[in-house]
Amino acid sequence: MDPVIFLIQVLNGVQYGLLLFLVASGLTLIFGILGIINLAHGSFYMVGAYLAFSLTERMGNFWLALAAGVLLAVALGMALEWLVMRFLYPRDHLYQVLLTYGLILVFEEARSLIWGDDVHGVQVPAALDFSIPLTDTLSYQVWRLVMSAVCLAIAAAMYWLIQRTRLGMMIRAGAVNREMVQSLGIDIGLLYRVVFALGVALAALAGMLAAPVSSVFPGMGNQVLIISFVVVVIGGIGSVKGALVAALLIGLADTFGKVLLPQLAGMVVYLLMAAVLLWRPQGIFGRT
Amino acid sequence: MGRPLQILLVIGLIALAAFPLVGEKFYLQFVTKVMIMAIFAISLDLLVGHTGLVSLGHALPFGVAAYALMLLTPEYQAAGFWTSLAVSVGVAGLASAIVGALVLRTSGIYFIMVTLAFGQMAYYYVHDSKHLGGSDGKYIYVRPALELFGWQPFDLEKPAHFYYLALALLVLVYAGMRVLLAAPFGRAIAGIKENEHRMRMLGFATFRYKLACFVLAGMLAGLTGWLTAAHDGLVNPEMLSWHQSGQLLMMVILGGMGTPAGPILGAAALKALELVFQGWTKHWQLVLGLFIVLSVLFVPRGLAQLFEWRRRRG
Amino acid sequence: MAEPLLRTEGLRRQFGGLAAVKSVSLECHLGRVHAVIGPNGAGKTTLINLLSGELAPSAGTIEILGRDAAGLAAHQISQLGVGRSFQRTNIFMSFTAFENCRLAAQSRLPSSMRFVRPALAYRQVNDAALRALEACELLERKDVAAAALSHGERRQLEVAMTLATEPKILLLDEPLAGMGAEESARMVELLRKLAPGHAMLLVEHDMDAVFALADTLTVMVDGSVLASGTPAEVRANDEVQTAYLGAADD
Repeated sequence: MDPVIFLIQVLNGVQYGLLLFLVASGLTLIFGILGIINLAHGSFYMVGAYLAFSLTERMGNFWLALAAGVLLAVALGMALEWLVMRFLYPRDHLYQVLLTYGLILVFEEARSLIWGDDVHGVQVPAALDFSIPLTDTLSYQVWRLVMSAVCLAIAAAMYWLIQRTRLGMMIRAGAVNREMVQSLGIDIGLLYRVVFALGVALAALAGMLAAPVSSVFPGMGNQVLIISFVVVVIGGIGSVKGALVAALLIGLADTFGKVLLPQLAGMVVYLLMAAVLLWRPQGIFGRT
Repeated sequence: MGRPLQILLVIGLIALAAFPLVGEKFYLQFVTKVMIMAIFAISLDLLVGHTGLVSLGHALPFGVAAYALMLLTPEYQAAGFWTSLAVSVGVAGLASAIVGALVLRTSGIYFIMVTLAFGQMAYYYVHDSKHLGGSDGKYIYVRPALELFGWQPFDLEKPAHFYYLALALLVLVYAGMRVLLAAPFGRAIAGIKENEHRMRMLGFATFRYKLACFVLAGMLAGLTGWLTAAHDGLVNPEMLSWHQSGQLLMMVILGGMGTPAGPILGAAALKALELVFQGWTKHWQLVLGLFIVLSVLFVPRGLAQLFEWRRRRG
Repeated sequence: MAEPLLRTEGLRRQFGGLAAVKSVSLECHLGRVHAVIGPNGAGKTTLINLLSGELAPSAGTIEILGRDAAGLAAHQISQLGVGRSFQRTNIFMSFTAFENCRLAAQSRLPSSMRFVRPALAYRQVNDAALRALEACELLERKDVAAAALSHGERRQLEVAMTLATEPKILLLDEPLAGMGAEESARMVELLRKLAPGHAMLLVEHDMDAVFALADTLTVMVDGSVLASGTPAEVRANDEVQTAYLGAADD
C-alpha cells in the first residue's frame, strides 16, 4: 500500500476511533457507574447531529451551535434521568433493555416529527474548511484533524475529571459503594443525574462533531449504537481507558477492513469482538 | 397456571380453530402471522424466561432458516415440505450451536451485548452478499409442497391451509414446551436460572444445559423463520436485524416471562397494538414506544401478571 | 486406620500477592468429624472453596476417594461424592423444600438431558429427596416454599440439599450460622446422626458444637495450620490458648 494512502487510512481510522470513544465512554460510564444498559444511547448521538444542523442554521455559527447543543443535551439528560431512568436502577437488566428500546422508538419518531425524515448536511466552519495537501493528488481534510483533536481534548478532560477532582472521586466511590456514599451526605441521586447527563452530552457532542462529515440522517444513531456496544464489550465495562483502546482498535480495524477486505467489511468489527471474547470474556480492561 | 388463564386459553384455541370459517383473508393472514410470532416468542422465552439467558440476537437462527428455505426453493417451484423444514431447522440449530459455544462464555450484560453483536454480524453478512439478494432480499414465489406418501392433501398456497399449519405447529410447540419444562431438563434449567452457582456445586455441568437450551431455542426460531419465509414469500436482511430481536424480546417481556401463556399473549398483544396504533397515526411507533416505557414502569411482570389470582409455588 | 476419604497436602491458594491459604494438610475419615476452627480471615472458607472445587489451588494436592482431584471443576468434584453446604444460605428460594432436595438428588441421574418423562416420575430421585428431608426433620414442611421457611429451617434445608446428593464426604461451612440455642442444639443432633455414615469436615465458630462433635480438631490462623489433633490435645496447646481459645470463650 502506498505510504501516503496508508497514512490517510491511519488518520481516518484514528478519527473514527476517537469519535467512537466519545460515544462509548458515555455508554461505559452509564453502565459502569449507574448499572444501566441503555439502548437509546445512539439516539443521543442522532439528537446531537440534528441539533448541530438546526442550531447552526439558526445561529449562523457552528461553535456557538456546538456550545448551545451541549447545554441542551445536558438538560435533556437531566430531564430524562429524573423522569424515567432513575426508576431503572433497581431493576433487572432485562427491563432496562426493554424500556430503553421503547425510548429508541420514541426518539426516532420525535425526531421525525420535529425535523422530518430528510437527510441534511452541515457545513464545516468556514475557517477550517480546507485540506492539507499530502501529495500532488491527495490531501487531507483539516476538519477531520480538528475532530480528532477535540476528542483527545475531551478524553484528557475526562481523565482529569475522574481522577483528579472531587466530583470524579464521588463518581468512582459511587460506583463501588452506593450506600456508603449516601451515608456520607452526598446526594447520590444528583450525582447519578450528573453522570447520566454527562454520558448524554458526550454522545450528543460526538454527533455534532461528526455531522459535517457523515451528514445527518435517520438511523444514524442505530449504527453507532451497536458499534459502541462492541467497543464497551471489548474494552471492558466501566473502563474509560478500555473504551479508548478498544475504540481505536475498532476504528483502525474497520477502516482498514473496508479497504483490504471489502467483502467482509461489515463483519470485521464483530469478528474482532468474537476473537477478544474467546481470549478474555470480560474485555481487555474489564474486571472479572 | 391460574384457572382464569386456562379457560382463556381453551376459549382462544376454539376461537382460533373456528376463525377461518368466518374471517376475511386480511385478518386470516394477520392471525397466521400472530401465531407464527407466538411460536417465535415461545422459543425466546425458553432462553429468557426459563433459563435466564437474555439474548438480543435471537433473530439470527430465525433469519438463517428463512434464507435456507429461500436457497432450497427452486425458482418458481415449490421446495419439498419435509426436507426444507428439516434443513432449515437443522441449519438454525447448527448456527445456534456455534454462536452459543462462544457467547455462553459470558454472562449478564456482556451476554446481552454479545448476542446482539453476533446477530448484527449475520445481518451485515447477508446485507452485503449479492448472491443472497443484498439489502433487497429475495422472493420465494411458491410455498413448500406438503406431500404425505405421494399424496397432497393440503395446498399451502391457500390461506386457510397455511393458517391451520401454523395453528397446529403452535399447539405442538406449546404442548412440547410444557412437557419439556416438566422433564428433568426443564427442572435443570429452572435451577440454573434461579441459582446457577448452586447448580454447579450440586454436580450439574451447567454449561452443557445452557448450550442445549440455546440450540433448542435456535431450532424453534428456525421453525419460525421457515414459516415466516414461506408465508411472506420474501426474505430480506431485516429478518436478522436487532430490531427483529428487540421486538421479540418486547413480546416476551410484555406478555410475562417464564409463564406458559405469556409469550402467546405478548405476541398477540404487540401485533394487535401495532395494528391499532397504525390506524391512529403515521407516527405509531411513538405511541408504541411510550406504551413500552409505561408498561415497564407500571406493569413489571407483564400481561400474564394480570391473569394470575394466585401465585404459584415451587 | 482405614484410608482417608479426603486428603490434602500442602494446599495453597494465592490471590495476587496475598496467600489466603498457605500450606494446609489434613485428612477426613469415614465416620469421623474433622472440625476446622480459627478466627475470621484465617482462610477456613477459602479452604472449603478449594476442597469443593470452587477455587483452583495454587499449589498442593487434593485426593478424594483415592482420586487426584486438584484442579477439577466444582461439578466434577460433586459427582465424586462430595457435598458442600454454605455459610450464607444458598438454596432455591422460589422452590419448595421438596423441590430443592429433589433437584439436588436429580444431579445423581446419569444425565438430566431428558426431555419427555416428567421429572416427578423418577421415583429414586423423589425417594432420595424425601430421605434427605426426613434426616433433617423437614418432612412436614416439604411443600412450603423455601422463601417462607424460617432462618433455622433454611439452614436445615441447606444441609438437606447437600445430603440429597448422597455424598460420602460432607464439607459443612458454618451450618449453625445465625441460629439460636434451640435450633443449634437440633442441628448438632442432626450432625451427630450423620457422622457415622460420612466423612465430615466441619467449619464452625460455635465452640460448644465443635467440642461436642469433633473427633479431630484443626486450628487455622492466617492461612496456616496452628495445631491439629484431638480436642483435648488442641485445648491443652499453649499457642492455641493464647491465639484463639483463651481470648474469647465463645
